Amino acid sequence: MYEGVVQDLIDELGRLPGVGPKGAQRIAFHLLAADPADVTRLSEILARVKDTVRFCQTCGNVAEADQCRICLDTRRDRTIICVVEEPKDVLAVERTREFRGLYHVLGGAISPMDGIGPGDLRIRELVARLADGTVTEVILATDPNVQGEATATYLSRLLKDLGLTISRLASGLPVGGDLEYADEVTLGRAFEGRRSVHG
Amino acid sequence: MHVRQLVVTDFRSYATAQLDLGPGVTTLVGLNGQGKTNLVEAIGYAASLSSHRVATDQPLVRFGAERATIRAVVVRHGRDSTIDLELNPGRANRAHLNRSPVPRPRDVLGTLRTVLFAPEDLALVKGDPAERRRFLDDLLVARQPRWAGVRSEYDRVLKQRNALLKQGAPLLRAGGRARRPRPGDPDADEARESVLHTLHVWDTHLAAVGSQLLYARLRLTRDLTPDLTSAYDAVSESTSGASMTYRCSVHEEMAERIAAGEVPEPAELEAAIGASLAAARDTELERGITTVGPHRDDLVLRLGELPAKGYASHGESWSFALGLKLAAYQLLRRDLGDDPVLILDDVFAELDSRRRERLAELVADCEQVIVTAAVPGDVPAALLAAGATASVTLGQVSQG
Repeated sequence: MYEGVVQDLIDELGRLPGVGPKGAQRIAFHLLAADPADVTRLSEILARVKDTVRFCQTCGNVAEADQCRICLDTRRDRTIICVVEEPKDVLAVERTREFRGLYHVLGGAISPMDGIGPGDLRIRELVARLADGTVTEVILATDPNVQGEATATYLSRLLKDLGLTISRLASGLPVGGDLEYADEVTLGRAFEGRRSVHG
Repeated sequence: MHVRQLVVTDFRSYATAQLDLGPGVTTLVGLNGQGKTNLVEAIGYAASLSSHRVATDQPLVRFGAERATIRAVVVRHGRDSTIDLELNPGRANRAHLNRSPVPRPRDVLGTLRTVLFAPEDLALVKGDPAERRRFLDDLLVARQPRWAGVRSEYDRVLKQRNALLKQGAPLLRAGGRARRPRPGDPDADEARESVLHTLHVWDTHLAAVGSQLLYARLRLTRDLTPDLTSAYDAVSESTSGASMTYRCSVHEEMAERIAAGEVPEPAELEAAIGASLAAARDTELERGITTVGPHRDDLVLRLGELPAKGYASHGESWSFALGLKLAAYQLLRRDLGDDPVLILDDVFAELDSRRRERLAELVADCEQVIVTAAVPGDVPAALLAAGATASVTLGQVSQG
């Protein structure tokens, strides 16, 4: 145990995801030894982030105004929505530059064990967005794990009567990888979802 | 295949030990508590990454030591493969195959295959259904590693669904109880609607994953039964008609077809699980657990017309458990086109002299058999004469 504020700092850092007690200690002492200007800049950003960063009222992505820059971008295809769990998933899909439609961030996945039901996700907002008929296709891009699959199933049932095209991202092999390094479940899915090479 | 060498450090009672083995029979002799089973446990661990005696790795590490290591040199088709395992309780275990690190320890699975029979296996006959389900599932994984993934996915879906049932129960219970919100209350109606809708989603997933697991178990049961019957008859020198059928928790009509030995198509099983879940809705909400699915099934073992559990004598139960393991051995042998390593831990002491001789004859053609016994007198003379003997005393192995 360190004295007073140093221990407080370590405790606070230790509450962050991915940081354990040892790591928290290392960061704390790094900060103590760092240039005061660097520390001031960090503390200012921390203070500002909660005040200025908000969530887009339309899609739920992180934004600095009422709407995020993707929702505001008039060049984007407004007939297609990609549904993801977290804002970081938006970034992942954006990196592909394949997708030119809009997003909808649910803020998690259905997981009864963590007490998260459909009511805790931004599903109502999604249904509201689909109401005016502009959107014709919904891509369900939740994570390919048990919770993500359950969320996708839930949504596909909820939306099936709206006359939209609903699709789910494919599961399969990573590109550039070796077949021998794929785990059995992934490889099994890849076999299930195999495609005919001719037409 | 056979194990040519086993080296352990800080494993159970051993600081270090080396055991050199050859094809054929090797008998480990030593008094109780000297560490015979620890050696075969290490070989079993190298094959399955789990112990047949304990569920966690902590007891496997010698008291006071930080980690244990196991090295097994396996010979298959004349080629050596070396499995190195480092057991770090509380942290991730590490594995090397042929001295190169592998990304995940389970990548070494399949390099060595064993069928281990130990006194604990009596629970296959006398114990809870969970023991028999695990026997089937472990054998599925030994045949095709991908079933490990399906099994853990099923467990996750099941946990999630049970959590939802527990939450949903107070909202959904039938009957107009005083404390319940008024039926017309829109919030309560919506919450109920939402839970029911979510439950449908988990039903779908449970049926989809569960039917895969069920289908695989049914095929396995079908493949294994003839081997079981002949192995039991051979060990017991009788024609008692040892058999087994799969008892399924789905609705009666399907359960009867399955009990009669039919293996329906996966799609049919999926529909049956789905329908049975729907039918069990009220009970499940009442009790807060999932009452339908492969996790509630059992394997019914029979001697003639009678169930083995409860009716079989101690000796018959023992022979039955042995029959199951020998059947598994035959199945893996056919699958692989190669003999797994057969381990018989303290088996002979429990069998009468005629059954001992029969078992000795049965295992004579196996590529490698490792036997443990407290006294050499328990092991049939033919086996002792045919193979090598090592004596184990207080964590020391001496080979002659």
